[in-house]
Amino acid sequence: MKKFSWRGLSIIIFICVTAFYLAPLAFPGLPEWWAKNKLKLGLDLRGGMQILLEVDTSELSVADARGAVDQNIKIIRERIDQFGVAEPSIQKLGEDRILVQLPGVSDFAAAENLIKKTAMLEFKLVSPMDEAKRVLDAIDVNVDNNLSMFPALLELDKKDRKILAGADSVAADTIKTGDGIFSSLFRPGDREYEVQFDNVRLVQDLIADSLFQALVPAGWQIALNKIDTQTPRADRSLYVLSSAVELSGADLAKAKVEYGSASSTDPRIANKPYISIEMKRDGARKFEKVTADNVGKSLAIVLDGVVYSAPNIQERISGGRAQITGQFTSAEANELSIVLNTGNLIAPIKPASTSIIGATLGSDSIRSGSLAGIIGLIAVVFFMLIYYKLAGFIADFVLVFNVGFILAMLTAFGATLTLPGIAGIILTIGMAVDANVLIFERIREELDGGKTPRSAVDAGYKRAVITVWDANLTTLIAAAVLYQFGTGPIRGFAVTLAIGIIGSMFCAIVFVRSIFDNFVVTGTKKTLSI
Amino acid sequence: MRLLKTTHINFVGIRKITYALSIIFILAGIIGIAVNGLNWSIDFTSGVAAKVDLKPVVAGVAPLKIENLRQVLKVNGYPEAEIQHVGEESEATFMIKTKSKTSTDDVSADTKGQIIDVINTNFPQYVEGRDINRDVIQEIYEVGPRVGGELRTNAFMAVIIALILMIIYIWFRFELTFGLMAILALFHDVIIIVGIFALTGKEITIQIIAALLTIVGYSINDTIVIFDRIREDLKINHKESMPVVVNHSINTTLSRTVITSVTTFFTALALYLFGGSVLHDFAFAMCLGIIFGTYSSIFVASNLVIDINQATHKEKQAIQHLTRKKK
Repeated sequence: MKKFSWRGLSIIIFICVTAFYLAPLAFPGLPEWWAKNKLKLGLDLRGGMQILLEVDTSELSVADARGAVDQNIKIIRERIDQFGVAEPSIQKLGEDRILVQLPGVSDFAAAENLIKKTAMLEFKLVSPMDEAKRVLDAIDVNVDNNLSMFPALLELDKKDRKILAGADSVAADTIKTGDGIFSSLFRPGDREYEVQFDNVRLVQDLIADSLFQALVPAGWQIALNKIDTQTPRADRSLYVLSSAVELSGADLAKAKVEYGSASSTDPRIANKPYISIEMKRDGARKFEKVTADNVGKSLAIVLDGVVYSAPNIQERISGGRAQITGQFTSAEANELSIVLNTGNLIAPIKPASTSIIGATLGSDSIRSGSLAGIIGLIAVVFFMLIYYKLAGFIADFVLVFNVGFILAMLTAFGATLTLPGIAGIILTIGMAVDANVLIFERIREELDGGKTPRSAVDAGYKRAVITVWDANLTTLIAAAVLYQFGTGPIRGFAVTLAIGIIGSMFCAIVFVRSIFDNFVVTGTKKTLSI
Repeated sequence: MRLLKTTHINFVGIRKITYALSIIFILAGIIGIAVNGLNWSIDFTSGVAAKVDLKPVVAGVAPLKIENLRQVLKVNGYPEAEIQHVGEESEATFMIKTKSKTSTDDVSADTKGQIIDVINTNFPQYVEGRDINRDVIQEIYEVGPRVGGELRTNAFMAVIIALILMIIYIWFRFELTFGLMAILALFHDVIIIVGIFALTGKEITIQIIAALLTIVGYSINDTIVIFDRIREDLKINHKESMPVVVNHSINTTLSRTVITSVTTFFTALALYLFGGSVLHDFAFAMCLGIIFGTYSSIFVASNLVIDINQATHKEKQAIQHLTRKKK
């Protein structure tokens, strides 16, 4: 019966741990609790997208700002869950940053939009045409008086004057142009105004311009309707809205995407996706009152300052249900309903950096990374075998365990394998044999000095181990610093490097030694194949 | 089998020559950095980098020429964009980079979408029928100015802190002189490699910083193995002069130094040759690091220790001084 040894026990633990964590990679049929410990691949290997978001809390009070980042994370997580991404990762980084990782997402524009999107939902009354006309007239007067603030309008004005004045260029400066310059950009329709496509850009810019907004009489606002993505060059409608908010997103209980039946008589929803909304009890009451008081008027559903639809109120509506129609694509409708459901972000966010890695690149990287690893491994294994014969074979044998150990430990720590991580493993293969080389060289020296294999191994180990410690600890320092200061893939690299160093020290000092002691230099053997 | 039987190379004797060689390399590196400047990647400068695959959709259409792409981007508001081939010319895969010029200038916002739009509208024969997000765009990085600046500070801090920690460790295990000379040898390695990157115009990416730190770890590993032997030999050979002892130590550890370098170089070379485009520069830096790290361990670090000791102590005292403490 052999004596119990700590060394033997540690080797058994080493092998068992490695086998435990690597098994899910090799055998698919394992029970759930076991199989879930599977090595995760980083975004750079599976493809996907990563966004680092900065939360701007400068507008919030100190107390609100503290919770804002966490609140935002909650909202973003809800949105992503509803969007349907497998294994998303959403973490807080530092004080005011959020790191979102979405593996496997290929439609990154939609994903980014969804995360960033705010949706301020408001219900506002559309001014009747006579009222609207008065508002627009007032705006025209104001704009004419301040024409110099709007270079685009000034230009247009000059052009108009030239056309009216004909050949008389002197008269052009003094001639009256009849209608106000702003009103000349659109023409009245039944319930709203029509903006020709050529003018849409100009009107849009004006509405967004705070200088222009100041010239709109208090109590009203100007808004365009939503662009139809199918016909982006179509004319748009312009509404004069009364700026009182009748209902807002806060009154909303639930939003859902629905599809109008093909036979529907309403052309806005026939065969098209729309969003049906359900209001909270309070909201429903408000809605009922608004509709009762304003029969015959139009109620505009405004999202982020854009009119999605402005249905005519035919009768009092109770029950608190409404529809948002607006020429949606199904993706748009889906996105919007998610945002309506999850509420708005507490503080605005801005992407600080984004990276998107295509799935093809990821699988290419895995392929070329593994190829490089295998070639490197074979080269090292052959070299060791030829150079150190039996001892080299033992080192090679243990090296394979070492690589397995790195992968197993990455799994155990829940770390992800990144491309730099693969590079780390490959380099570790080269460096892992270093400890063995140090020891073997030392044993050779001792053998040259005339010692027996037994005492040469003992003496060689005794001396070389100090060196191995000193040499590897410094590399470990480099790995620790890399981990501390790096992000993402670089951290992956640092972790792999550190695990590799620890693994290779264990392998050389304990594992290889143990094989030597138990199988190679047993008894009074006279020679050592090294 | 043995590559190097017992060697008796006079490493210490030829140190003037190797110093001169090192100084030439370092000067070349510094001049390279001064003249060409460092090509910081968008990780540090902020900006957008996009890798696009513009293979023709139908057979028979010639692969897109880099000049065409450059021309189109120039006309559409990106005259500064750097465009490079990735891989073979026939694969028509390009890396497009636009960097922020100053720290306040932010090109990252919206650029990503605009570049995609430009490609989409101008090269229908290469993108039609393909999912632009999945098949055409292989990767996109977009880095805002704040993150870029922070990363540069962090990278710089990482290198400095790693070096300080190593000095402390070696000081604790050996002697301050050893620690300082080991770090001097590391600066030697890092300056030469960064210099080569400046001379060849290769980008300093975040991965290259990682490679540099790995090289630092690797090179000091080599140096320490030799220092360890010097410490041991100085204790055994009290009578010999320091240069003789050091020379003996370098010679006895030479085969280990070379073998480890060879095995590590194998793997770094495998990465360089087969590791794919993403790891290409990383592996290049590692290969250089192994060569210069090994060189500095053998020819620079220990020799510097001798010279510093001879300058500060008399010969005999020097040996006593070095063997005085530590087990």
